[in-house]
Amino acid sequence: MILDIIKRNSVFTLSLILTFVVVQLMLFTGILNDYYMSAIVLICINVILGVSLNLVVGFTGQFSLGHAGFMSVGAYVCAIINMQMDSTAGFLLGIFAGAVIAALVGVLIGIPTLRLRGDYLAIATLGTAEIIRILFLNLDITNGAVGLNGIPQYTNWPWLFIFTALTIICIRNFINSSHGRTCISIREDEIAAESMGINTTKYKVMAFAIGAFFAGIAGGLYASYFYFLKPDIFGFMKSIDILVIVVLGGLGSISGSIIAGIFLAIVTTYLQQFAAVRMIIYSLVLIIVMIFRPQGLMGNKEFSMKFFKSFGKKENSWLARKRNAKIKS
Amino acid sequence: MKNVWKIALAASLSAALFLTGCGGGGGSDEGSSGSADGDTIKIGVNYELSGATATYGSSSVEGIDLAIKQINEAGGVLGKQIELVEGDNKSEPAEATSLSTKLMTNDGVVAVLGPATTGNFKATIPVADKNQIPVISGSATADDVTVDLDDDGNPTEVKEFAFKICFSDSFQGITMANFASSNLGATKAVIIMDNSSDYAIGLAKNFRSTFESLGGEIVGEEAYIAGNTDFSGILTKIRSMDFDVIFLPGYYSEAGLIIKQARDLGITAPVLGADGFDSPTLLELAGASALNDVYYSNHYSSLDEDPAVIQFIEDFNAEYGKDPDAFNALGYDTAKFLCDAIERAGEADPIAIKDALASTESFAGVTGTFSIDENHNPVKSVVVIKLTDGEPSESIKI
Amino acid sequence: MDQLLQQLLNGLSLGSIYALIALGYTMVYGIIKLINFAHGDIYMLGAYIGFAAITFAHLSFIPALLISMAACAVLGMVIEKIAYKPLRHASRIAVLITAIGVSFFLEYTTMFFVGATPRAFPQVLGSQFFNIGNVVISMQQIYIIVVTVILMFMLQFIVHKTKTGKAMRAVSIDQDAAQLMGIKVDSTISFTFAIGSALAGAAGILVGIYYNTINPLMGMTPGIKAFVAAVFGGIGNIPGAMVGGVSIGMIETLVAGYGSSMYKDAVVYLILILVLLIKPSGLLGKNTREKV
Repeated sequence: MILDIIKRNSVFTLSLILTFVVVQLMLFTGILNDYYMSAIVLICINVILGVSLNLVVGFTGQFSLGHAGFMSVGAYVCAIINMQMDSTAGFLLGIFAGAVIAALVGVLIGIPTLRLRGDYLAIATLGTAEIIRILFLNLDITNGAVGLNGIPQYTNWPWLFIFTALTIICIRNFINSSHGRTCISIREDEIAAESMGINTTKYKVMAFAIGAFFAGIAGGLYASYFYFLKPDIFGFMKSIDILVIVVLGGLGSISGSIIAGIFLAIVTTYLQQFAAVRMIIYSLVLIIVMIFRPQGLMGNKEFSMKFFKSFGKKENSWLARKRNAKIKS
Repeated sequence: MKNVWKIALAASLSAALFLTGCGGGGGSDEGSSGSADGDTIKIGVNYELSGATATYGSSSVEGIDLAIKQINEAGGVLGKQIELVEGDNKSEPAEATSLSTKLMTNDGVVAVLGPATTGNFKATIPVADKNQIPVISGSATADDVTVDLDDDGNPTEVKEFAFKICFSDSFQGITMANFASSNLGATKAVIIMDNSSDYAIGLAKNFRSTFESLGGEIVGEEAYIAGNTDFSGILTKIRSMDFDVIFLPGYYSEAGLIIKQARDLGITAPVLGADGFDSPTLLELAGASALNDVYYSNHYSSLDEDPAVIQFIEDFNAEYGKDPDAFNALGYDTAKFLCDAIERAGEADPIAIKDALASTESFAGVTGTFSIDENHNPVKSVVVIKLTDGEPSESIKI
Repeated sequence: MDQLLQQLLNGLSLGSIYALIALGYTMVYGIIKLINFAHGDIYMLGAYIGFAAITFAHLSFIPALLISMAACAVLGMVIEKIAYKPLRHASRIAVLITAIGVSFFLEYTTMFFVGATPRAFPQVLGSQFFNIGNVVISMQQIYIIVVTVILMFMLQFIVHKTKTGKAMRAVSIDQDAAQLMGIKVDSTISFTFAIGSALAGAAGILVGIYYNTINPLMGMTPGIKAFVAAVFGGIGNIPGAMVGGVSIGMIETLVAGYGSSMYKDAVVYLILILVLLIKPSGLLGKNTREKV
């Protein structure tokens, strides 16, 4: 059975194995030094965050601006557990516990707020992420604004690879499952989906919780690589950074999020040396890419247009049809 | 759909390969060119040039640039010119880590200056240990920056490659508590602290414990977040309390506003602060009439008329057209301090520099003359400056 | 009692500032449904333009205010033309990312030229105080509240009594139908950006005078807060922005004054979420039935 699955996804499996082996070899031979390693860490974390948020924003059509909140939950839980249990087992337990708690928080937040739509949902999720951050800023166990220092470093390439691949495979399979199809139907037309007898709240919360789960994993990996955590890291700018990955890659395109995650990590890392003009260049890259590729780098036109339709509720239907026709021609 | 998926994966894979391929080539080239072999000595500069704490980072870098310019004009160090490799860490610990890794492994620097804030600086120390290259901060003030502390705050293990040249939080907090109690005779104090800054939290903690042990009482504690501009809520609340002094740990950008708004609301009690007040901006923000009965601890006083300090203020003015603040001065000193150590080490080798830094005796900087103790902290004297109508009117040696 | 009155006054002046920024937000949102993240940065530039006008051209308050509003209006139109107009038919979330890009661009270009250190704003209004019992009112507070109310009424007038205002309302309801009726959609949107940005410019200069400090990143937090205020009151609704702004200012000040200032933002967001759950289109927003 497993062989069957591998056969069906041969290109996918092969490229995964190849990526792992090549990077591992390069690390082993020292071609990739620590600096490139830290770029790889950023890439993997970006990819996990981007793909998981894409499930919520791109596939389920729920505009969330609070992903950094879930990431912070995963990061703090993992760091606190790992600091108590300084071992690989502690690291894995921390990542797992962090992800589960992040998912629970996702459910808790999702049930009330996911009744809202569009920009109202965006501002509500932004608000909840800020509330989480303020809580971390005032709790004793997170050491407030001073932050947690001396978190043991267990994140390495094999773990990064396993968790990144796991995220991609899980979310890809989820989308291709009947649950995932349901989520897409909610994005396409929530009212139609509801009238087909779909419990939309249930599926929206499910997508939200899965997204939060993987954001928690990303947070755990982050905490365990960069030694240090403080609440400021997870401000709303971080949520926006993640949203940028998703939109830049293309809403509803996992491959797009992967490419955008890699692209943005390289751009940010590369721009470090242009201290004074760094953010100016970054902002120009954002504006130019969006003007020339509003559907994102990998944007699946059909996908982003349909999302647009469900997102901009006020659009009347003949207009959407007209635009669809224009895009298709 | 299936095809798109495959193409995407292939593309991302090739992108990954491209990155790593390029990276590999670049890394081995630059990595092999040893730092000490060239005609220049490379020093890394890892500061907050964008993001929330950009103002502290960019001020520090101004000081560093000036110091290195002067050193290079005077012939450099060990007959070689100093080359600064500057980078921006976006005020984020992760960026600080990756930037210092880049500076140490790709650019071949012999030491790294910065970051300015405690959290970001701490994030770079494991990298320094791993690469055996010293890092120096001019303004990471927490007690446990350069040395691990046990639960009672006693030093346990020194961090071999980390140095700082600023006061520790405990030192200034205790100083100001003593000053409040013995010089001002205060028995009741209110603390307003910047709760987003570990510097302010550290100062407040030490002030509180010392002030209470001297028989004083903290009657109110309020907090704000860096970047706030409206403090009328907490100040109105404080106005109805009974207290002798306000202790205001934090930086000039908010302290100036708090003092102004407090005076506007009719709060006249003395305001106490620490070296975070030291900036011309404090006067601009608060206005001269509000800055009466304001005291803060500092490394040096402009009333001292130390020729080195006067010279520095003049040079800084000539270069940037403004008066230096504490971050400018500390940045200037970190650069001078490092170059002095390289000179004494006799070679631009990170380990030798680290040893020279650790054995610094009586280094005369513009922020005071100091030696480095066994915990890699500076031993320097502190003065309390009294402001009257916005100008320093008295400097009190403690 | 004095304390409560003082706190309410503090809240009112803080709230007026939020309201002033929220007015511009709400107008732009009303017409093209864009969360204009760059709005907070236009407010920042308004403050810097006012700073330059007062410091270098030695102008007094009113001319500086007008110059800053005019410059911001032009800037708003230019931004709309360059960054948002090409995306008129793209997904809204793509425009949002562009707006974020524009926001970064304005922040860091300004930082590049003027540095990151905060600057003190020249005190052109003097610093007079009026004591009523134990309550202190400053001249600047009066200015802020008065200017905000005047601008709100002017805005109401423009939107509801003029031809351009009618065009704005038409475009906000249905762009294509408006176009078919002969309304110039592009220039109407341009005009909306001009007005919204001019309001942000006014807010910038008033905040500069009131708090006496400006810096290149000053637009970030108030920008988000103003958006929250706009949503709170019912986004797209002018009196709603006013009500939302003042409510948020009051909540913040009261939480800081009677609870813990550390939790003031958390309380604001919590109340926002509760309001949205009970009344999903904000306090004064109209509940629109969803059409299939």
